[in-house]
Amino acid sequence: MILKNQHFVIFVTTLLFASCKHSVPKVDTIEGKIIKIDSSYTSEGTIEAFVSPYRERINQVLDSTLAYAPKTISKTDGKYNSTAGNLMADIVLEQVNPIFKSRTGKNIDFVLLNHGGIRTNISKGNITTRTAYAVMPFENSIFIAELNGTSVEALVSYLIKSTKPHPIAGIQIIVDKNKNLKTVNIQGKPFDKDNVYFVATSDYLITGGDNMTFFKDHLSLTNADYLVRNTLIDYFSKKDTITSVVDDRFIQEN
Amino acid sequence: MERRKFISKTAGTSAFIGLGGLSFSSCQSTAKKHITILHTNDVHSHIDPFPAHHSNFPNLGGLARRATLVSQIRKENPNTLLFDAGDIFQGTPYFNFYGGELEFKLMSMLKYDAATLGNHDFDNGLEGLYAQLPYAKFDFLSANYDFSNTLIDGHVKPYKTYLRDGVKVGVFGLGIQLNGLVSKNLYKETEYLNPIEIAQDISRTLKVVEKCDIIVCLSHMGYQYQNLQKPDDLKLAAQTEHIDLIIGGHTHTFLDKPTIVKNKNDRQVLVNQVGCFGINLGRIDFYLDEQKNIRTEGISITV
Repeated sequence: MILKNQHFVIFVTTLLFASCKHSVPKVDTIEGKIIKIDSSYTSEGTIEAFVSPYRERINQVLDSTLAYAPKTISKTDGKYNSTAGNLMADIVLEQVNPIFKSRTGKNIDFVLLNHGGIRTNISKGNITTRTAYAVMPFENSIFIAELNGTSVEALVSYLIKSTKPHPIAGIQIIVDKNKNLKTVNIQGKPFDKDNVYFVATSDYLITGGDNMTFFKDHLSLTNADYLVRNTLIDYFSKKDTITSVVDDRFIQEN
Repeated sequence: MERRKFISKTAGTSAFIGLGGLSFSSCQSTAKKHITILHTNDVHSHIDPFPAHHSNFPNLGGLARRATLVSQIRKENPNTLLFDAGDIFQGTPYFNFYGGELEFKLMSMLKYDAATLGNHDFDNGLEGLYAQLPYAKFDFLSANYDFSNTLIDGHVKPYKTYLRDGVKVGVFGLGIQLNGLVSKNLYKETEYLNPIEIAQDISRTLKVVEKCDIIVCLSHMGYQYQNLQKPDDLKLAAQTEHIDLIIGGHTHTFLDKPTIVKNKNDRQVLVNQVGCFGINLGRIDFYLDEQKNIRTEGISITV
C-alpha cells in the first residue's frame, strides 16, 4: 500500500510534468512582411537632435572650398579621352608617384583607371571636399601593378576595343581610321615588348573589375595605401584653379 | 500501520493538489505568446533619408523615421527583438568622418539586440572595428569567423539566447568568405569556417542543448548564387534542420515578401532580406500556442 502510494505520487508528478511540458507553447503561426520606410513615418526627435551636430560638422568640412573650376570638367566631352578622365589620371600620377618612388625606388610608368569609376562631372564653380566624394564615393585605393609587355599589349587592345574613354596618363595611343594600332608611347618612349612597366590603377580593376583581366598576370603588386578620393582632395587642396583639356594621349588619325 | 498508511495517503493527495494547483497556474500562464522580430541589413551608414529627387529611393529611409516605426511596434508588442545582418559601415561621409561611431550609437539608441558582421564592417580593419565597439550596446554574433588570434577575440559570440515572455529565442551569425572580398591587412588572422557545417552544429546546440523555441540566423552570406559551391541563404535553409528564420544581407536583395524554403526535414523556413540603406524594415511575427502534438507542417506561415 505504501508502495502504491509512492507510485501514485510519482505517477501524478510525471503526469503533471508531462502535461505541463506539452502545454509549453510552440510556434503555431508566423507572419512576415517588409515595411517601406517612407515620409509617412515622422522622424523621432531625440535621434534627429543626436545626429544634428555630426551632420553639421560633416557639411562644414565637405562644403569648404578647396579650389575653383573655371569650366565644367566632364567625363563625356571626348571620344578617346575626356577632361574628367585626364584630370583624374594625371592627379593619380602626380600624387602617387612620389610615394611609390620612395618605397620602391621605381617610377610609375603610366596610369589606367576606369571610366565608370568617375561618378559625376565637376561642375564649373567652387570645388569642395563634397565634389571629391561625389566624383569618387567608393573606398577604392591605388595599387601599382608590374606588367610584362604581353600584358601591356592586352591592356592597349582592351582600350582600343572599348567604347568608353577610360582615364589614362603617361601613355599615348594612336590608332588609324580603321582603329588599327599605329603608335604606343610610354613616358614619351616607344613601347618595348621586352620591358616591364609599372601601372598605377585601382584595387577594383586589379581584382578583375570592368573585365580588365590583363591585371591578373601582374609580376608584382604594390599597395600605395592611398584612396583615389584622397588623391583628389589632396590635389584640390594644393591648387587654386583646376582645369583640364581633351588632348592627344589617345587619338584616332585620319 | 493504518495510521502510517493514512499519513502517506494524505501526503500523496495533498501533493497532488499542491502540484495540480501549481502546475495549473504555470501551464495557464505559458499559453498564447507573441514574439516580434524586426530586422535591417546593409544599412551602409545611411542615417539621413534619401533626397526627394533621388533616382532610386526618393525620400525613402532615414534612421530617425525607423526609430519611430520601431517604437510604434514595441508599444504594440513589448516582446520585440531587433537585429541587423551586417554591413552597418561604409556608404556615406558619416562613416568616413566618424568611423562607425554614430552608426553604433544610434543602433544602441534604437535598442538593437544583436548584429552580425558584414564584409564592409572590416573596412577600417580590425583596429577600426575594435575602436568603435564601446559605442555598441548590442551583441555581435558570428559563428563561422574565428577571431581567436585577433584583437577582437572575445567581443564576438557565436550565438546568444534571448528570453522574452518565457519564449527562448536562439540567434547565431554567419559571415561571407573574406578572402578576395576584403584585403587581408584589414581582416588579418580572422579565420573563415564553412558556414553550412557551422550552422548545422550551432542550430543543433540551440535546439537540443539550449532548448530554444525559435532559432534565428543572421547571415551576411547573400541571398542566392548560381555557383553551387558558394554558400547562400537559400542553400543554408535547405541544408539545415532547426532554423526557423534566416535574416540575410550582402546581396542587397529587395524581396517583395519573405521567401519560404523547405529544410532538410521538409519543414518550412523563412528567408528574408530587406534590400539595403535602411529603405525597409523586416517584420516577422511568431505566434506560439499550446499544441498537444507538434506537427511541423501544421505551422501556418503568412507572407
